[in-house]
Amino acid sequence: MTNIAISARRLRKTYGGARGRVHALRGIDLDVPEGEFFGLLGPNGAGKSTFIGILTTLVRLGDGSARVWGRDVGTDPLGVRSHVGVTSQAPNFDRSLTVAENLEFRGRYCGMPGKQARRRAAELLGDFQLADRANAKVHQLSGGQAKRLMIARALIHRPDVLFLDEPTAGVDPQARLDLWDLLRDLRREGLTYLLTTHNLAEAETLCDRIAIMNHGQVLAEGSCEELKRAAGAETIVTATYRGAAPAEVEKLAGRAGVSRVEITGRQARVFTRTADGLLSALVQAGARARVPVTDVKTLQPSLESAFLTLTGKEQRS
Amino acid sequence: MTVAAGIRLHGAPRSASLRAFGAMVMRDLRVMRRDFAVVGMRSVVQPLLLVFVFAYVMPSIGTTLSSSQANVPFSTILLPGAVASTMLITGVVSVMSPLLVELTFNREIEDRLLAPLPVWSIAVEKIIVGAIQSLLTGAIVFPLALLIHPKGLAPVIDVHDWALLVVVVLAGSLFAAAIGLFFGTVADVRRGPSLLAVGLLPITMLGCVYYPWAALHSIRWLQVITLFNPLVYMSEGLRASLTPGVPHLPLWSILAVLGGGCVLMSALSIALFQRKVRI
Repeated sequence: MTNIAISARRLRKTYGGARGRVHALRGIDLDVPEGEFFGLLGPNGAGKSTFIGILTTLVRLGDGSARVWGRDVGTDPLGVRSHVGVTSQAPNFDRSLTVAENLEFRGRYCGMPGKQARRRAAELLGDFQLADRANAKVHQLSGGQAKRLMIARALIHRPDVLFLDEPTAGVDPQARLDLWDLLRDLRREGLTYLLTTHNLAEAETLCDRIAIMNHGQVLAEGSCEELKRAAGAETIVTATYRGAAPAEVEKLAGRAGVSRVEITGRQARVFTRTADGLLSALVQAGARARVPVTDVKTLQPSLESAFLTLTGKEQRS
Repeated sequence: MTVAAGIRLHGAPRSASLRAFGAMVMRDLRVMRRDFAVVGMRSVVQPLLLVFVFAYVMPSIGTTLSSSQANVPFSTILLPGAVASTMLITGVVSVMSPLLVELTFNREIEDRLLAPLPVWSIAVEKIIVGAIQSLLTGAIVFPLALLIHPKGLAPVIDVHDWALLVVVVLAGSLFAAAIGLFFGTVADVRRGPSLLAVGLLPITMLGCVYYPWAALHSIRWLQVITLFNPLVYMSEGLRASLTPGVPHLPLWSILAVLGGGCVLMSALSIALFQRKVRI
């Protein structure tokens, strides 16, 4: 039987403030087995970072319970901390220290003796192609280098569970591809990984399983293929008209295979299992209402269409 | 659980915790050593000028402040006050300034929050390092204040009770660092500098640096108000230990306020720190 590395039960978190309360998590139940690369996919504000914050003990536990590597985050935060590594979204390096010292001291804060921490830091700087930047100030690093240093720092004390909070956010496309390669290599280390992202390709490329999250809840969970199937694996046809999308388009909802039609301003979006004949119907509807079609896009069943279907459903309910 | 990835906690929990705590102290001392030119200048320039102008320039040109004590040179009054104000300012600023930065923007402090140590120990470490810096700058200013004076007007120093001096200096530096932790925790980075100007300036100007507290008897209301100023107890405490010939507050009040203040301010600021860093 596989061990569970991360488990959350009825996890809720509300931030109270003078300007009202924010329900960041509304009851999360999630299990991540040991050795899995798990993705948490959701738009900004979905609650992903709060979830990671609680699991890494940086955010105080609200209601519910969570265990990481068998340790309870509420009653044994010190135990949890010695088993987890974390990369945060924005670089939060110690700016008074050099690149190498950031690694060394992170190791020493975890109880490593100085010599051992320096040796491990040098090893990681080599592995992450940062050896020539060892004595640089952290603000002199490029975006991609800073992200690599963040991952290296999270690994210094050899954690069992690695939390990657949007590890490729804000870097250029080439640096993103390089980071994906690096993370794919890292998979071979056999840790348990929890990655958050709002980049669908990233989740699809790296993760064994994915949970789609929005408004503090998990909407669906499974492998990429399972999610596509669960979301109905629909093709989404989006037509853009020169003016307001004609009302006649709504009638397409009655067509065989079409599950629903959404009209927002100049755009009509049709969710369907088959796109046959749909394009001409959309064009003809425009012609009859004298608002010509200016653009038509067809999105084949993908994680993106699953994501849009699921988050769209949640918004409507 | 399998143990695939090697060592997790490095050593026995207790020794690992001690090493982690030591590493935080090491980190702060390393940064201090590196920035020593800047930090040292910041801490020493003001008291140096203070001593130079009041204990050297003014007596030399004949416009001296009255020491209100016959046969006591003004430098004798000023020395404990200058050392005390330096120690207070350094203790407060050396904890507050970096903490303001570490707690805002990208929360640099997270690398320490992720250490397998209780959060309060991070606050305790800040107080200890702040107190060390306070002691160091006090030790720099003391000889300067001793040496800078016109001929024949040297401060008269007489340490008759070393234990008292050690207690006053230790409690005072810890108190100052705890005040720094308090302001570094409650202030936000944009208001920090104005807080320093509004808070620290009256404390130093009205901290019995240039006169003993007893000399304020003719302005009774000010004498009463200044009893709420921690610097008064540090200045008077140093007067009691270094210049016993100059009048000072009763010893029991000095020790009660410095000792009690150190404990209460530490407890309060550590509690606030814990609440602030884990949202």
